[in-house]
Amino acid sequence: MTRNQDACRKGSPAPSGLDPVDRQIILATQAGLPLTEQPYDVLAAELGLDVDKVIARIRAMQERGVIRRIAAVPNHYALGYRANGMSVWNVPDEQVRAIGRQVGALDYVSHCYLRPRHLPLWPYNLFAMVHGKTRAEVMAEVEEIAALLGGHCRGYEVLYSTRILKKTGLRIKVD
Amino acid sequence: MDDIDRRLVNSLQDGLPVTRRPFDGLADAVGLGVPEVLDRIQCLLDAGVLSRFGPMFNAEQLGGALSLCAMEIPEARFEQVAGQVNAHPEVAHNYAREHRLNMWFVVATEEATQAADVIAAIEQETGCKVYDMPKQEEFYIGLKLTV
Amino acid sequence: MVLTDTDRELIAAIQQGLPMVSRPYAAVGTQLGLSEAELIVRLTELQNAGLIKRMGVVVRHRALGYRANAMVVWDVPDNELERVGRLLAAETCVTLCYQRPRRLPGWPYNLFCMIHGRERDIVLRRLAQIIEINDLQAIAHSVLFSSRSFKQRGAHYAAITPGLPVRRLSYG
Repeated sequence: MTRNQDACRKGSPAPSGLDPVDRQIILATQAGLPLTEQPYDVLAAELGLDVDKVIARIRAMQERGVIRRIAAVPNHYALGYRANGMSVWNVPDEQVRAIGRQVGALDYVSHCYLRPRHLPLWPYNLFAMVHGKTRAEVMAEVEEIAALLGGHCRGYEVLYSTRILKKTGLRIKVD
Repeated sequence: MDDIDRRLVNSLQDGLPVTRRPFDGLADAVGLGVPEVLDRIQCLLDAGVLSRFGPMFNAEQLGGALSLCAMEIPEARFEQVAGQVNAHPEVAHNYAREHRLNMWFVVATEEATQAADVIAAIEQETGCKVYDMPKQEEFYIGLKLTV
Repeated sequence: MVLTDTDRELIAAIQQGLPMVSRPYAAVGTQLGLSEAELIVRLTELQNAGLIKRMGVVVRHRALGYRANAMVVWDVPDNELERVGRLLAAETCVTLCYQRPRRLPGWPYNLFCMIHGRERDIVLRRLAQIIEINDLQAIAHSVLFSSRSFKQRGAHYAAITPGLPVRRLSYG
């Protein structure tokens, strides 16, 4: 079964204000889709809408990139994948989109983006967050990406986070 | 988890079509009826192998802006600047990283135009340049657990 | 920590609010027979012990135009509860975040948080951002918007009687 490729989305400004029907659908599906043979029929009945309309709206949201895909998400963190590194790559502009799609499709890459360079300090235009069970695994995966890029790679680095700096709010304790 | 479960786990992460009967194709592929496939998926959810099954939403396409920013802060000023940056409510996820650009944070605003204001304010307050690295294109979001 | 009678009087004196004067701690201190400095020391100790969460204001968010008020409930794997709870609590637009026991089979959610926003769309955007920034796509959740606000003020702990155990709220 081939993977449904998400269409590449440009970071263009989105319309302000959600359509009320779209908003209803977004709210009703936050918890997930009902696990039944005809989930959109169930959803449509909940919302008091025609099922064809619900399907059309969800497809349209997928077209616009509001919905990436309808899928199940594995919980990597809970399964031991706690190491991650931000790998950054300098790839020729003419090839970066094709390469970005390939790199993004790798199982262990969670986020893959095109971002602007800031020369001369920052020559990288492709970002890929790489995950593994250990840092060694992450490093091996980065080597795989480098091999995949071959001669198209003009340079790369992997940045690991050392410390979370953000403000701490309430700390939750189990009482 | 048997082979069929494994195939389900792998396929479900790729995504299902938005049709009246989205599980039919999957059921055909593994040679089972849809009710049985649904039972297996429920078990996988209960076991915690898969969690949420449904639409994955794109925050930026919903109208908010998320901008990744980086700064190069001299060691002596690091704590002070971190405090100044963190004081902005729009700043999320401020991380120190091992690089000349040693402070990385996300600016999350309700409208895309607001992010530039926040960035300008941070530059002014800290006297340090903010390297704004917004997403120009998104290639793929999601980890895949191939079992 | 052992609560003295003065502590109880202090809590009773301030729980409805501080006097709106330029030196409120001096004023409360006078009421209790303590100097301003002594009162501040005692308040700080109560705060450090976790008996007072925070000195702050209760905002009538609706009056400020924050009409949308979403309770987002999450079904977090037990071994991730603390990690996810901290991530959510650190978000500026999350005003409350607490753990609750699951009520299976119908209610699997064990982490609740409140997100405020001027309207529902804003709240949904913020939630989507929170999920994306913190990598929470794998955590099952549901969104409940409140329809009417009947009452909104902080909790009042009436009649703190000597001898009764005080329940510790561990917030650090």
